[in-house]
Amino acid sequence: MTGKPRRVVVTSPRTAAARRPRHPLTREIDEQTRLGEVYMRSLVRTQFRLGLFVCTVLACVVGGLPLLFLLVPELRGMLLLGVPLPWVVLAGLIYPAFVVGAWLYVRQAERNERDFADLVERR
Amino acid sequence: MSGIVAVVLVMLAALLIGAFGIRMSRTTSDFYVASRTVSPLWNASAIGGEYLSAASFLGIAGLILTYGADMLWLPVGWTGGYLVLLVLVSAPLRRSGAYTLPDFAEARLESMAVRRMSSVLVLLIGWLYLMPQFQSAGLVFRTITGAPTWAGGLLVAGVVAVNVLSGGMRSITFVQAFQYWLKLTALAVPLVFMLAAWRSGGSPGLRTGDPWALPLHGREHPLYETYSLILATFLGTMGLPHVLVRFYTNPDGRAARRTTLVVLTLLGAFYLMPAIYGFLGRVYGLPATDTVVLTLPGRLVGGIAGELLTALVTAGAFAAFLSTSSGLTVSVAGVIAQDILHGGVRSFRVATAVAVVVPFALAGMARSLPVANVVGLAFAVAASSFCPLLVLGIWWRRLTTAGALAGLLIGGGLACAAVLATIVGGPYTGWTEALLAQPAAWTVPVSFTVMVVVSLLTPSRVPRGVARTMVRLHTPETLNVDRGDWHPRSI
Repeated sequence: MTGKPRRVVVTSPRTAAARRPRHPLTREIDEQTRLGEVYMRSLVRTQFRLGLFVCTVLACVVGGLPLLFLLVPELRGMLLLGVPLPWVVLAGLIYPAFVVGAWLYVRQAERNERDFADLVERR
Repeated sequence: MSGIVAVVLVMLAALLIGAFGIRMSRTTSDFYVASRTVSPLWNASAIGGEYLSAASFLGIAGLILTYGADMLWLPVGWTGGYLVLLVLVSAPLRRSGAYTLPDFAEARLESMAVRRMSSVLVLLIGWLYLMPQFQSAGLVFRTITGAPTWAGGLLVAGVVAVNVLSGGMRSITFVQAFQYWLKLTALAVPLVFMLAAWRSGGSPGLRTGDPWALPLHGREHPLYETYSLILATFLGTMGLPHVLVRFYTNPDGRAARRTTLVVLTLLGAFYLMPAIYGFLGRVYGLPATDTVVLTLPGRLVGGIAGELLTALVTAGAFAAFLSTSSGLTVSVAGVIAQDILHGGVRSFRVATAVAVVVPFALAGMARSLPVANVVGLAFAVAASSFCPLLVLGIWWRRLTTAGALAGLLIGGGLACAAVLATIVGGPYTGWTEALLAQPAAWTVPVSFTVMVVVSLLTPSRVPRGVARTMVRLHTPETLNVDRGDWHPRSI
């Protein structure tokens, strides 16, 4: 208890974590490290949210139409250019709407994948 | 007379393609290699060719004529199902490398029990889909020749069996792609002539205030049945055994998505037409049966032109029977040969015979229901079994073997029980009829719930390789990552 206490060097045990890893992120994914898992989960979550969004819109349109016809009976027989409204929608307009929705989805899904690939390969 | 000629021509063409047509590419790996040269348009046409069955070609127009506007949901669902398939399933499914639904079950859940359960469901769905194809083949054949009902079914079943055994029709994307365009033409050309005839006849409309044209009308529980139909068709499409195989021919997940986009376009174009057939049938007061598509051209366009147009739609109808039945038979036979028999060429032959004979026998025994209704039941079973398996399997890591098994067993089992009660027993009345004839509205939620709850109760049975499988399912192919070493067993 006498004399000057010995000086010790205090260092963080996590010095390695602060440095950038020299290996690419794909190896983190291959070795299923914490980091690799975080990246994978973020990709799956992004794509799932996109899919869920499209499905929700679809459910609102498709699920809402019968309800609309039930609650507003006037719509059932309403004529549009001589054709009843339900026919205009269900036998016509809904098909191009599907295609447009699908096209927008494909564009966004591919963009998400490109972003993920850029992120993983940048290092 | 010309109708018979058309049928004979279509049958001969199918047999010739089967006999001389290209016997190459019979293994999965050949199939895979060949796929590299197939563009999304061809692939999508092939999916359309295999998908558009008798139910689409004949059944929808018949049901629209019978029940009116509510049945417009049927083609909407059969198209929209591909949108759900696109956003939830297409790319990951292609990336899984699975060739069949049981393959996917095995790859994702690493369990032979789940694989076998999936195989049984593929059999049931396949047979449920094949049976009405044979029934309507009999109906069409009787309409044009007066032969007994079983004759047409036997004819189609025979040609399909010979074809599948000779190895034709199978992986030849080109043939199936051609079938789509044939069916589109066979429905579109008569329609052009009929609309011209309708216009020159002063464009007669429906009686004013005809309730037929209004939705939520004509059945006892229209709202329940409409929602149940929507659920079955939108979610059932992804679980059809013969559709999945076609996704394997895409080179990668990105192409699988683009193919699905084209499929949506092609199906949308096709499904614009049955509604007009139904409308014209109503205007001209045709009897409400599945044969309205066949009788309408002769009724509106008389003379030799009418006869030729009838021949064309008849040819289209038989093309629909053959292409869908072949695709389904191959899928069903593959499952029987691989998962029930020992595998190999001899098993595949036996399996093909079983795959065709069972639904043919069922077609003779079952109550005669509208073709589109029975196919709708097949969708309900698929939606209550494979839809939860695929969606949860692709997006939810905590799905366990026990959960998947329980969901398939209870969801698929309940749907199958309802189907059996509808086809064999019945007709019922009131809510019993509605709940059994359109089971999806209750069986799909039950199936999802069981799968999730049992999975949460058995956390120790999460497959060990799930992290690797997720990498495999979701990372774009451009990335160089370890995707595991699972491969489907070759048939």
